[in-house]
Amino acid sequence: MAATRPDIDVSRVAALARLELTPEETALFTRQLSEILAYAEAVQQIDTTGVPPTAHAGAGEPIWRDDVVVPSLDRAVVLKEAPEASLSAGLFKVPKVL
Amino acid sequence: MRYEPVIGLEIHAQLLTATKIFCGCATTFGAPPNTNVCPVCLGLPGALPVLNRRAVELAIRAGLALGCRIQARSIFARKNYFYPDLPKGYQISQYDQPLAVEGRLELGPDARTRYVGITRIHMEEDAGKSLHHGLPDSDRYTAVDFNRAGVPLIEIVTEPDLRSAADAAECFSRVREILVALGVNDGNMEEGSLRCDANVSVRRVGEATFGTKTEVKNVNSFRFLQKALEYEIERQIDVLESGGRVVQETRLWDSDLGETTSMRTKEEAHDYRYFPEPDLQPLDVPQAWVEAIRSTLPELPEERKQRLMAAHGLSDYDADLLVRLITGGADYFERVVAAGAQAKAASNWIQGEIRRRLKELGRDDMSAVPVTPEALAELIDLAERGVVSSTVAKDVFDRMWTTGRRAKAIVDEEGLAQTGDTSAIAALVESVLAENADAVEQYRKGKTNVIGFLVGQVMKKGKGRIDPKVANQLLRDALGGAASSPGA
Repeated sequence: MAATRPDIDVSRVAALARLELTPEETALFTRQLSEILAYAEAVQQIDTTGVPPTAHAGAGEPIWRDDVVVPSLDRAVVLKEAPEASLSAGLFKVPKVL
Repeated sequence: MRYEPVIGLEIHAQLLTATKIFCGCATTFGAPPNTNVCPVCLGLPGALPVLNRRAVELAIRAGLALGCRIQARSIFARKNYFYPDLPKGYQISQYDQPLAVEGRLELGPDARTRYVGITRIHMEEDAGKSLHHGLPDSDRYTAVDFNRAGVPLIEIVTEPDLRSAADAAECFSRVREILVALGVNDGNMEEGSLRCDANVSVRRVGEATFGTKTEVKNVNSFRFLQKALEYEIERQIDVLESGGRVVQETRLWDSDLGETTSMRTKEEAHDYRYFPEPDLQPLDVPQAWVEAIRSTLPELPEERKQRLMAAHGLSDYDADLLVRLITGGADYFERVVAAGAQAKAASNWIQGEIRRRLKELGRDDMSAVPVTPEALAELIDLAERGVVSSTVAKDVFDRMWTTGRRAKAIVDEEGLAQTGDTSAIAALVESVLAENADAVEQYRKGKTNVIGFLVGQVMKKGKGRIDPKVANQLLRDALGGAASSPGA
């Protein structure tokens, strides 16, 4: 198990992800993220000179869609799944934002 | 102390596809809220995006027309942020590997030609629409319509090459013109299918480094862009002159107040944590496809204007008007010329009678003109050959417009051709001289310019069907060569 790294600011990552963490969780995730980063650093030791970077496993023939309209979902069904919605206006509702 | 502004633009243009970028929902503007939605554009769990081939094709078209290099491989990325109109919690965009790079756009030519670098053009999806007002519970809720979520956009980013608010407005206008001519975008700024943000800073003239910039948003007309930038440039200069520092921030243009105001931005709001979109493959564009698209590019407005000037000897003003101010004007003009009319005459008719008629209709497009280019060419021919006088030609044109009949038919059936019959004209000359003894007297006393008045009288009697040159000659003959100027 790798040591906890001082350069990981879990509370900042949590704030960006809109997560509220308890002090226990913060400690836990800090440790876990340190392990993940240590693993990534180990992988980074590999010489990849001349190997193009890839983030995708399945790169092959392109997968396209033709520009043809397909029916959308029924609005009443969609809005029914939302925590809050105005069925008459046909709109989703969320707590006021500006 | 003199300052100069440094401006770069970010232009968002909706691609003219039938469906969204990653799903088959329609892009129709004005559909009832949340009727063009599906699991993909609502970000429902498990839904996977599939790229719209037509959207890529249109983006490549725009890239080529703006002089860009199309990258053989570009990468979609996730831009992470939270806002209710972004259902997935990220926007699929392109980040470090955009579709098109290193383009160039020409401004002018007027006093001098300027070039604006195009840094990049990338593809992305639009967000939904938040409605903060207008519902009974708008004080507590924000309502969201996802019809626009997933609509395909390109973002065109220019280099900070612009040095005035007017140039920025011209740049935006040129980009719009090109996108519309390409069929890539509808140019509709009211409906939000074309939007512009501007980055602006000021620096002392001669300084090499840039000052701190602000981003001005919500400038969706050429006029507002110019006014917003003029305001912002002045504001920044005032801040510097009073010893302050410009704060890097986003400012919103308020067209009612005529000023920009600071938008409060949350700390860390710009940490988007981009990473490659694992649900989409790299976008590989074969060179053959790029070349196939390049071969379908139309002549762009500025090219066409230059060609009209070179091929037909039109002035910059005339060519500009035909290409830019009257929609379809250049097409119409070229058909009139192809039908045999002289270029200058064709241009004059379009800018004169046709434009006057269009103005009366409140239109600025040639599709509202009921007279075909070939029919106009026929009328021009009759006027050029002197079959009808210019006055009668305008009258004939009015009838062509209202009745749809051809010029020759109108002239023949209504006997509007100028008469060359000298004896008939001579009779008119005689009666005019008899009725205008005063003028005749003045002429004999040397006031020879009354001849114009007398010609007019003859023309009037002849209802415009008389060749004024013949009338003039016959009048002079009748008055005798006796006219002498007292001073001579």
